[in-house]
Amino acid sequence: MDPAIVIDVAHLGKTFGSVTAIEDVSFTVHAGEIFGLLGPNGAGKSTTLRILITVLPPSSGTATVLGHDVLTEADTVRSLIGYVPQERAVDRFLTGREHLELLGGLYHLSRTETNARIDELLKLVNLEEHADRVAKTYSGGMKRKLDIACGLLPHPKIVFLDEPTLGLDVQSRLRIWDYIRQLREQGITIVMTTNYLEEADQLCDRLAIIDGGTIRVIGSPLELKTGLGGDSLSLTIKDHETEKLPRLREGVMALPLVRDVRINPTGLDVLVESPEKSLSAVIEVAQRLDCSLDGIEYHRPRLDDVFVAHTGHGLRGGTPDAAEE
Amino acid sequence: MTFQHYRQEVLALTMRWVRRLSREKFSMLFTLVQPMLFWLIFFGSLFQRAANIQILDAPNYMSFLAGGVVVMTVLNNGLAGGVDLLFDKENGFLERMMSTPIHRSSVILSRYLFVMAITGMQILVILSIAFVFGVRLETGLPGIAVILAIGMLFGVGLTAISMGIAFSVKSHGDFFSLLGFLSLPMIFLSSALVPLSAMPGWMQVVAMVNPMTWVIDAVRPLIITGWDAAIPQVALAFVILAVFDAVCLYGGAKAFRRAIG
Repeated sequence: MDPAIVIDVAHLGKTFGSVTAIEDVSFTVHAGEIFGLLGPNGAGKSTTLRILITVLPPSSGTATVLGHDVLTEADTVRSLIGYVPQERAVDRFLTGREHLELLGGLYHLSRTETNARIDELLKLVNLEEHADRVAKTYSGGMKRKLDIACGLLPHPKIVFLDEPTLGLDVQSRLRIWDYIRQLREQGITIVMTTNYLEEADQLCDRLAIIDGGTIRVIGSPLELKTGLGGDSLSLTIKDHETEKLPRLREGVMALPLVRDVRINPTGLDVLVESPEKSLSAVIEVAQRLDCSLDGIEYHRPRLDDVFVAHTGHGLRGGTPDAAEE
Repeated sequence: MTFQHYRQEVLALTMRWVRRLSREKFSMLFTLVQPMLFWLIFFGSLFQRAANIQILDAPNYMSFLAGGVVVMTVLNNGLAGGVDLLFDKENGFLERMMSTPIHRSSVILSRYLFVMAITGMQILVILSIAFVFGVRLETGLPGIAVILAIGMLFGVGLTAISMGIAFSVKSHGDFFSLLGFLSLPMIFLSSALVPLSAMPGWMQVVAMVNPMTWVIDAVRPLIITGWDAAIPQVALAFVILAVFDAVCLYGGAKAFRRAIG
């Protein structure tokens, strides 16, 4: 096994009766990265995650976590991972501290170990002041923080987060992103599901776009976006100078960072590798060839475009019932 | 998986149920008081004069009813025993617990321990209230121990049924309708409120296959008659309960395994 691979999923399938939830799902997760499963509701993200955390047995295929099979070595897997569920899975009648104490017992930590860990985690998620209040008085964001603290209690090597910021306000969402990045800095591998494009783009080192129970594409957000053709510059030239366009095209084409140039009725579309560097070079060429530009527009493909390109529909419009939930 | 680990898990989980109960003081009070107030005191006083002592074969209706109320309490606690796990299943707490390296059975065992402890306490409170109302146990303190043992044994099977239903139903709405459908007929079609001999023929037949009847018929002589009459009934009840528990535990375990995977 490649030491850098901490999760290896091969041809995983799960059916519920006659319904196929996921089919032939394969991917690997590398140590220390934030890996995202991006897709609409019902795409199979949670099913995949629940198989990995050993609460759902797969119908076909295999999955190993840190080299241990999720089916035959479930107990070992469970002792190595942390899980932050999608629902606000808190007991309304227990205090934050009592949640963590309960989990300390379930992970077989000693009392002193549990208490030390609890103090540490309460500080991390800023819940110290509210630790001894029952959870029914908590806001959505506070419940989420408690969820995350619970997931981190056993010092996991891998943390699984199911829709970590679902239904949170912007501020809470940013704070949660911050925690997740902090975890990565500590060397913890993160596997998370999300149906927010922005979240996947900002947070994940690599992601798998999953739709209709199968994986459509895997890569880093940048790779995926570049895969669509990269960034582009649109030059608009002054009306009376359109005859200069072929010459300008040749000049721009010769630049090192330019991948392709096409002529359109009002100017040029330039596909570039790095817009920051190529922009000045392109302007310089235009000046040298004495072309007066009306304007330059710069386009960067968004993850939305990637999603549409690989699934044939937008993330929100794809599943009608997703919008109702 | 060591025994120390198992004990630690079960203890932590049981502690959770205790803490929850302590947070719901209001509901705890009603759970404890309701069967005594409603059945023993109201029902007992209401039928005191209407009930025929000859048919009851007891000094008064209250002492006849005490055994029935004890078993009814076991029934209600047992059948409601799975509710909390149902809520855990619905809000994802169960999944969180199942993602930890615990033995799958410790969740179930913690629930049994908790339900049994509460039921035991309630039985003691009911017998004390009955004592205040003049009911004297013919078999004394050892009789109380036997009543507790019978109650626990019956409660195990009932809790298994409740958890089995909790793990099988789609929603808690289904659970509560099923529960309501089960519990009242179990009480009325048993010897809890009147002796079998006072029932119409068809009801007697139904009551005879109701395990409630056999359990009550073992508890009642311990309260109103004495050891001689009680021992054969108690022995019979133990046999019936062994079979009842075996069937319920098998069914409950099957439902649990199907739900947990």
